[in-house]
Amino acid sequence: MSVSTIDPTTRKVPPYGGFSLTVLSIEIRRMLRNRRTLVFAMVLPAALYFVITGSDEDWAKPVGSGNQAAYILISMALYGAALTAASSGSMVALERALGWSRQLRLTPLHPVAYILTKALVALTMGALAVAVVNVCGFLQGRAEMPLGVWVGSAVLTVFCTLTFAALGVFVGYVVPGENAMQILGPGLALLSFLGGVFWPLTEGSAIWHVATFTPMYGVAEVARSPLTHELPWYAVVNAVAWLAIFVAGAAWRMSKDTARV
Amino acid sequence: MTTSTLTQVAAVRLDGVTKSFGAVEAVRGIDLELQQGEIVAFLGPNGAGKTTTIDMILGLSHPTSGTARVLGLEPRQAIARGLVSAVMQTGGLLKDLTVRETVQYTASLFADTRPVDEVIEDAGISAIADRKVQKCSGGEQQRLRFAMALLSDPALLLLDEPTTGMDVEGRRAFWSAIRRDAEQGRTVLFATHYLEEADLYADRIVLISHGRIVADGTGAEIKALTAGRTVRATLPGADTDALAAIDGVTGVEVRGDAVLVHAKDSDAVARHLLTHTTARDLEITSRGLEDAFISLTGDAR
Repeated sequence: MSVSTIDPTTRKVPPYGGFSLTVLSIEIRRMLRNRRTLVFAMVLPAALYFVITGSDEDWAKPVGSGNQAAYILISMALYGAALTAASSGSMVALERALGWSRQLRLTPLHPVAYILTKALVALTMGALAVAVVNVCGFLQGRAEMPLGVWVGSAVLTVFCTLTFAALGVFVGYVVPGENAMQILGPGLALLSFLGGVFWPLTEGSAIWHVATFTPMYGVAEVARSPLTHELPWYAVVNAVAWLAIFVAGAAWRMSKDTARV
Repeated sequence: MTTSTLTQVAAVRLDGVTKSFGAVEAVRGIDLELQQGEIVAFLGPNGAGKTTTIDMILGLSHPTSGTARVLGLEPRQAIARGLVSAVMQTGGLLKDLTVRETVQYTASLFADTRPVDEVIEDAGISAIADRKVQKCSGGEQQRLRFAMALLSDPALLLLDEPTTGMDVEGRRAFWSAIRRDAEQGRTVLFATHYLEEADLYADRIVLISHGRIVADGTGAEIKALTAGRTVRATLPGADTDALAAIDGVTGVEVRGDAVLVHAKDSDAVARHLLTHTTARDLEITSRGLEDAFISLTGDAR
């Protein structure tokens, strides 16, 4: 009797660990469909920009190679991008709780390809948030800085959002379910106050000393450096250290968690 | 798919597989070989080690000792080639994707898959293809999980309690589809804790208890282990040796004044008790599948 059998040697392994642009585009579409993300990460920062520059009598005061409105613009773009990236990151833990990570483990998708996809989603969404604030600022017309500074600070901002994507993954694992954003939202707002994102801190003040150790301070200094031409060494250390801490925290929680996928 | 009888490799091969979680031994040494095209029920009570064993076949966890091979490959290698799929009972879906997006997403992760639309059509979910997963009923979600599992045309399909929540009609349709695929060489291993379902639909039943295989055979063979009836009577000071000597008696048990005799031929036991002893209050009960199940798995629950 001849029974049909399957010859395993005819089957192929997908290239690049199963990384696919289809998945990337579906993931981005998912994020764009999420109204909460859109409101808090794109509409809110743009609205804040309009409110602050609209009520700030000193908006035209020169700062570095531009003006104060430009300074606020970069800060708000960073705030929006950080929120978006954190919310992208927190979805990793949510997907795990839903059993989706287990489902993916039954496909050829390599864990590194999965993390890469998620990082690209966070970067894309961060870039979008940055673009929204920048377009709003450009249309309003108060922000002034050379084109190179616009582009330079926008690109730096996008890369700084990786810190908050990692924070999102970390918090997502620590706080189960859909509550992660309820902590990340106010948490990031607080960090933004401390980091001098909403208004500049007086250098040397007590709060400034505390602020220099908080996660938003370093990236904010880095993102604004093309405009301010100032980048103290401790800001760079801060930015790199917090990225390392959040990535390590996220990796630690994820590895703790693989015992029972 | 190719036809070959010379180089047929076992769909699943477990050699001396054990798995411990700290001090807890979930799997205590399993040897198992499944041939291609077999439909096998993995039967056992909760906590018997079914899920742990399945996780090792899927490469989701590694055996503490022993080896697991799927179609001659390391489990992860088999997964990477789309040779293995699994359908779990719950979870495993993103609520905010549509049905079609979910299938597209999964399809794009494999080197080769069947066309997305064809799989959606076959699974009977074309009408709800644009619906969000969270708006789908439990049955629709289950059909979606099957569509995802069948995308890569797997050689081995693992199912966890596959027909839970299905009506009789759905159950029948489901199993006839599974059988058709098995004829094409697909091996199906399904976990269940219902002996009845295992008996109805599997070619072979592997009974697992406390991390070991306690029985392995066809439904008829497993049922033979369970054949016979129990005769219960009130008989103080019963002569258990005389009862055990009756033809076909497999066990005698004394509980206070009562005596329980397990036998293939309950009539002979009843005749003996009523004619040669002072036994009264005679009861004859069939030893049912569940009793047998309990005696085989050693769970007095």
